[in-house]
Amino acid sequence: MKQTPHLIHRYLRSSKRFPHVWCPGCGIGILLGALVRAIDEGGYSKDDIMLVSGIGCSGRLPVYLDFNTLHTTHGRALTFATGIKLAKPHLKVIVVMGDGDASSIGGNHLIHAARRNIDITTIIVNNQIYGMTGGQASPTTPFGLTTASSPYGHLEHPFDISKLVEAAGAVFVARSTVYHTKALDGLIGRALKKKGFSVVEVMSPCVTHFGKMTGMSSPVDMMRWQKDNAVPFEKAREMSTEELQNKIVTGVLVDIEKPTFHEEHARIWREVK
Amino acid sequence: MSTQTTPERVLLQGSEACVRGALAAGCRFYAGYPITPATEIMELMSRMLPKAGGVFIQMEDEIASLGATIGASLGGMKAMTATSGPGFSLMQEHISFAAMAEVPCVIVNVMRGGPSTGLPTRPMQGDVMQARWGAHGDHPMLVVAPSSAYEFFDLTVKAFNLAERYRSPVIVLADEIVAHTRESVVLPPMEEIEIEDRPRPTVPPEWYSPYRDPGTGIPPMAAFGEGYRFHVTGLMHDINGYPTERQDETQELMMRLFNKISKDFHLLQWYDSYYDEGAEITVIAYGSVARSALKAVKMARDKGLPVSLVKLKMLWPFMRRTVMRYLESSRKVIVPEMNMGQLSREVKRVNQGKCEVLTLNKIDGEMITPSEILAKVEEALA
Repeated sequence: MKQTPHLIHRYLRSSKRFPHVWCPGCGIGILLGALVRAIDEGGYSKDDIMLVSGIGCSGRLPVYLDFNTLHTTHGRALTFATGIKLAKPHLKVIVVMGDGDASSIGGNHLIHAARRNIDITTIIVNNQIYGMTGGQASPTTPFGLTTASSPYGHLEHPFDISKLVEAAGAVFVARSTVYHTKALDGLIGRALKKKGFSVVEVMSPCVTHFGKMTGMSSPVDMMRWQKDNAVPFEKAREMSTEELQNKIVTGVLVDIEKPTFHEEHARIWREVK
Repeated sequence: MSTQTTPERVLLQGSEACVRGALAAGCRFYAGYPITPATEIMELMSRMLPKAGGVFIQMEDEIASLGATIGASLGGMKAMTATSGPGFSLMQEHISFAAMAEVPCVIVNVMRGGPSTGLPTRPMQGDVMQARWGAHGDHPMLVVAPSSAYEFFDLTVKAFNLAERYRSPVIVLADEIVAHTRESVVLPPMEEIEIEDRPRPTVPPEWYSPYRDPGTGIPPMAAFGEGYRFHVTGLMHDINGYPTERQDETQELMMRLFNKISKDFHLLQWYDSYYDEGAEITVIAYGSVARSALKAVKMARDKGLPVSLVKLKMLWPFMRRTVMRYLESSRKVIVPEMNMGQLSREVKRVNQGKCEVLTLNKIDGEMITPSEILAKVEEALA
């Protein structure tokens, strides 16, 4: 952590007007730090990082960072990222999306990017709510929760995003919380090194909305909730469904090998020439 | 792909001519989703692009297709997609993004019968207004309309040139008849085809502001991944591409988006005229209907009737000054269309009582025939 000033000067845009848009207690800033540390640790050139986002609180992340940055439309970040990766294969393409962004409006793009195994690292910031629009239920909102759009309790059941992308074919899937920062740095680093479609699901506190609706009114409450409820995948395998209720299962869920879209396309190039 | 040095006569379907035009213009990226009657364009691209060193990808839907197209263009490639009505509706969100972020791209819409799933294998011209106004927010649009296989080739080349020159999405609005008709086409030698490329930055990366007006209204465009690290967003932005809500910066960006095209209205009068001499009646037509109209006007002239034809090859921005001339010189103007009157609304708007504007509308999924237009001409002269 003592390198923080160095990382700030090296990776944050000095030309971008601050303050940032996020609420006090938001987890996205911690994720931003983890992403910067993972990129620095990986030794990538700033010119070779392509950071793409969708719409929502997480959509505002790229603009603060001194990389190639693109803020796209709601749910569609992966489609733009796909075009960029194919046009400039040398770029390390990273997509940041929220839970609503990635699994509701962008759900179709998410599963198809995973199926296609396009060489992109996707970070899904899951705060279990639509934060920017004022606390409406998202596809990961727990069953029964009262939100701005479910005043009588949420009638629907949540997605498990990590399992969803595993089923869709992602070659690397991991989950962490922003509380477990050291682990998060490492998981993002591993995802960046992985060839193919890699996903890191990051559980992130939204104190302003999710906290208010679940009785966790301070950032400390939410951090404590993450700390107390995180269970590693290895341990979770030995636990019953009841025991896993309301737990956050963390660690590496998938790490397999598969040819990427770009490798296959390059093969076609060689064959038809 | 065409590398010939002398004119080449070939039998081409409209869709095939479009693909040849795109490749000649330098298109090296195509993302699409199958849809009748535009699927042939995608299938040909899937075969021809890899041979040309380009990239073809079939996406999960039309929203994704245009998203990937815009991404590839930001990565420095000339890129396009093609679709028909239902897919074109899905693309509107990203057409708006491309207009705001000023990303060159070409979208081909082969119009079919609508609304909704409508008549997938039959022609209509129901998307003329959608092409102009379908995408949200206020911004100019560039829309060209071919009436033959040759024009599908030529206007696809020119659509890429417009996209690159103005850093704008450009729509090629074809129809089912134009896309599916197979006809003899004379393709020009490659070196005679004029190709334009987007303005590139000449300053070093540390001096680069991606949206600074160099005086032409069109900022030089760097590609991602070439050392110019910059930000692109669909939010209102300042000259660095960073989000802004400032009134002065909003006003400046919006006016630049409009002015970069309106300053060139005089260069964007793309039309062909036939039998102008002594015409009392002018037929204004576009797309496949212009083919029937030309035949009708020839038949009328054979009968000694004073009729001319103006075939519009650019629909948007609407060619006010060209159309105005014909409204002033004619007694009556006839606008035949395979819709209930979309372009005729523009003609009437420009007309301001100068002459009588008659419409001929057909929405039964069949083309308008020369004899139907001739009958309207005779009725107008009676």
